[in-house]
Amino acid sequence: MASVPVDLGQVEQCRKIASDIADDVQKYIDRHTSVGVERTMLRAFGAEGVDDQGVPIANVAVDRYHRAGLLSRGISTLVAAELLSGATTIQDAAERLAFGVALEESALKITPEQVRATLKPHTDAAIARIDAARIQRQATKASYPPVSNPLKYVIVATGNIYDDALQTKAAAFAGADIVAVIRATAQSLLDYVPQGATTEGYGGTFATQENFKIIRRAADEASVEFGRYIHQTNYSSGLCMSEIAWMGAVERLDMLLNDAMYGILFRDINMCRNFIDQYVSRRIIARAKIVINTGEDNYLTTSDAVEKAHTVLSSQFINEAFAHRAGLTDDLLGLGHAYEIDPKLEDSFLLEIAQAQLIRQIFASHPIKWMPPTKHKTGDIFHSHVHDAMFNLVGITTNQSIELLGMFSEAIHNPMLVDRYLSLKATRYVFSTCKHLGDEIEFKPDGRIAKRAVQVLDEALTLLREVERDSIWESIGNGAFADVKRTRTGGRGFAGVLERAHDYANPILEVLERGA
Amino acid sequence: MDSSVLRAYGDRQGDGMVQMSFVLQVAPSARAREAAKRFAEKHGLKEPLVATMEECAKGYSYFVVYGHSVHSVDFSEIDVPEVRTESLSRTEIEERIKSQFGRKLVVVGACTGSDAHTVGIDAILNYKGYAGDKGLESYKGFDVYNLGAQVENEQLAARARALKADAILVSQVITQRNCHKENAQALIDFLRAEGWRKDVVLLLGGPRIDHKLALELGFDAGFGTGTKVADVASFILERLEQIGVPHK
Repeated sequence: MASVPVDLGQVEQCRKIASDIADDVQKYIDRHTSVGVERTMLRAFGAEGVDDQGVPIANVAVDRYHRAGLLSRGISTLVAAELLSGATTIQDAAERLAFGVALEESALKITPEQVRATLKPHTDAAIARIDAARIQRQATKASYPPVSNPLKYVIVATGNIYDDALQTKAAAFAGADIVAVIRATAQSLLDYVPQGATTEGYGGTFATQENFKIIRRAADEASVEFGRYIHQTNYSSGLCMSEIAWMGAVERLDMLLNDAMYGILFRDINMCRNFIDQYVSRRIIARAKIVINTGEDNYLTTSDAVEKAHTVLSSQFINEAFAHRAGLTDDLLGLGHAYEIDPKLEDSFLLEIAQAQLIRQIFASHPIKWMPPTKHKTGDIFHSHVHDAMFNLVGITTNQSIELLGMFSEAIHNPMLVDRYLSLKATRYVFSTCKHLGDEIEFKPDGRIAKRAVQVLDEALTLLREVERDSIWESIGNGAFADVKRTRTGGRGFAGVLERAHDYANPILEVLERGA
Repeated sequence: MDSSVLRAYGDRQGDGMVQMSFVLQVAPSARAREAAKRFAEKHGLKEPLVATMEECAKGYSYFVVYGHSVHSVDFSEIDVPEVRTESLSRTEIEERIKSQFGRKLVVVGACTGSDAHTVGIDAILNYKGYAGDKGLESYKGFDVYNLGAQVENEQLAARARALKADAILVSQVITQRNCHKENAQALIDFLRAEGWRKDVVLLLGGPRIDHKLALELGFDAGFGTGTKVADVASFILERLEQIGVPHK
C-alpha cells in the first residue's frame, strides 16, 4: 500500500501545540457570547417568524436587549423572565421581548438556577428536536447500502431554490453522493438569516430554513429513486454560523462547511466573534453528528500552493483542536485540502500526491475533504477536464474521503447541469479504473514524494511553534495563514460580541457541553 | 476567396467545421437525435453529425454535434476598441513615475458589491502577483491599497478619496444576471454625483470584462483574462499623463 514516511513524534507535537493554541482561545470563548449565539438559542427554544419589515424576531429581541445592555445575562435569562412574568409560550415570550413592554428590573432578579428550572421543559424539547432529526437522518442513511470513498460531492448554485432542487436530483442521477447548495456570496456578512423560500440570489442561493427543507425533500426523493443515500450540505459560516448550524441540525443536513478561522481570513469577520460562534455552532453540530468540512483549501487560492502547503496542515491541526473542544469526534472532521499547485510546474503532480497522502495518513480516521483545482483553471474547458482527471487520480489513489469534483467550466460560470454530468462521468471512470491503485503501488522511501511529505510536516510543526509563541491572535495579525492579516477588534461583527455576566445562563449550551 | 472573410477551420480551408454541445429537455431516442440535428441545422450547421446523445438527467439529453457552419464574418468590418497603451517594462514604469510625477502613485482596488472572488484583483495588486508576474505592490512607484472582497461602492469611494487615489481598480467576477454591470455602473454614478470622476483613473477587471464593456459603463479601461500587471501600470501612467495629474 502506498504511503509516505510520517514521523509520529512530530505529529504528536503538532497536536500538543495545536491543543495549547486552542486552549488559550477557549478561555476567551468561555467568558463571552455573541448576538449570533443568543439568537441561536432563541430559535432553538422555538421562537419563529419575522416582523413587518421581514426582520427575524430572534434579531429584534436580541438586538433590543443588547442595546439595553442586558444581553450579557443571556437571552435565556430574558426568556425565563418573560415566562415568569406571564408569557404563556416561548413564542409569546419572544414576541414580548421583541415588541412588548421592556422587562422591569424586578423581573430580572432571577438566578441562573431559576432560569434553568423555568426553561427545563423547553431546553429538553430543544435538545430532543436535534436528537430526533439526527436519529431520523441516521436511520434513513442506514437503510441504503454504504458508499465507498471518495464520496462524490457537487455544488449547485442557481440562485433559485426550486431550480436547485431540480439540479439536486439531476446530480444524483449522474452519480453524485453529496449535493451542496452554495450560498449567495454576500450572505456570510448578513447578521440575520433570511426567511422563507428564496428564488433570487447572486453566486448562489440563500441559506434559509425553508430552503433547507426544500433540498432535503428533493435529496430524499432522489435517494429513493436511485437507491443511494444523497447527502445534503450547506454553509455554517459567516455572522450566522451558529444559527445555521442549528437549522442544519433540525433539518437533517449531513454536512456543513464550518471552519474555526475561515470567516476571519476570507470574510473579514471579527476574530473574537468568529471564535465564539464557531464554538457554539460546533457544539450543536457535535450533537447532531453532522460532518463538518473545513476550509483550508482556500489558503492555496490566495497563497502559493507549493510554498504554503504546510499552512494547510498547521491549520488542520488547529481546526481539529478547536473541534475537539466543542465535542466533535474525529469521524466528523472533514478537514479540507486542495489540488491547487500550478500545473505548469514540473512534477507538480508528485507534490500533490505527497500532500494528499500525508494528510490521509495523519488524519487516518477523519473524513478528509479533497478540493479540486480552481486557481489555475482557464476558459479552455478541454484542458480543464484533463486537469480534473489528474486531480481525480490523486483522490482515488490516496483514498480521500470526500471529493468535491472539479468542473471544466470552473473559470467561466457556476456549473450547468451538463457540466456536472460530464464531471461525474469522468470521475466515475477514474475512480473505477484505478480503484485499487493505491493498494498496489509504493512510493520510494527516499524519493521525491516521500521527501516532500517530510518537508511539509516539518514546516507545519515549525509554523505551529511560531503560532504558539505569538498566540493565534497575533499570528493571524501577522498573516501566518493565507497571507491575510486581521486585527483583534477589526472586522465585521465585533459590536455583537459581549462578555458574559457573572450570572449568565445558557441552559441549552450547558446541556450540549455536558453531552448528556 | 477573400482573405478577410473568416469561416470556421476544421482541417481544410473553408470547410466551416465546428463542434457544439448542448442539452435538450427530452430523453434520448431516435426522435431526440433528429431534434438535435434540426437544432444544429437552425444554427447554420450543414450535414450535422450527432456524435453523442446521452441522458444527463432524467428527461434531459446531452448532445455533441459536428457540422459545417455556413456562416462567415467579414474581418475588415470589425472595429473593437482595445487598450492602446504600449506596455512598458518594469524599469520604464518605475523611471517614468519618478520623472513624470516625482511621487508614488496611489492605487486603490476592491471586489465590489457581493463579489467575494479576489483572485483577479490579488493577481494585479498584491506583491506576489500571479504566475511570476509580480503585482503593483512590488513596484516602488505605486502605493497600493487592496481593500479585498465584498466592498460597497460607497466604502470604496470614501477610502479612495481619503487616500487621494490616482487610480481605482474594480474587480467583478460574479456576472449572474448582469449584476457586475449594475454594480460597476453604480460606482461611476456615485463618483459623478460626488463630482470627482474625472480626477481619477477608473479601471474595471474580471474574466467577463472587456475594454468595450468597460468604456460603455464609463470606465477608462477594461482588462480581462490574461492581463499582465505591466499592462495595467502602463495604462494608469498614460492616462494620468493625459489628465495632467499634479505632482501633489
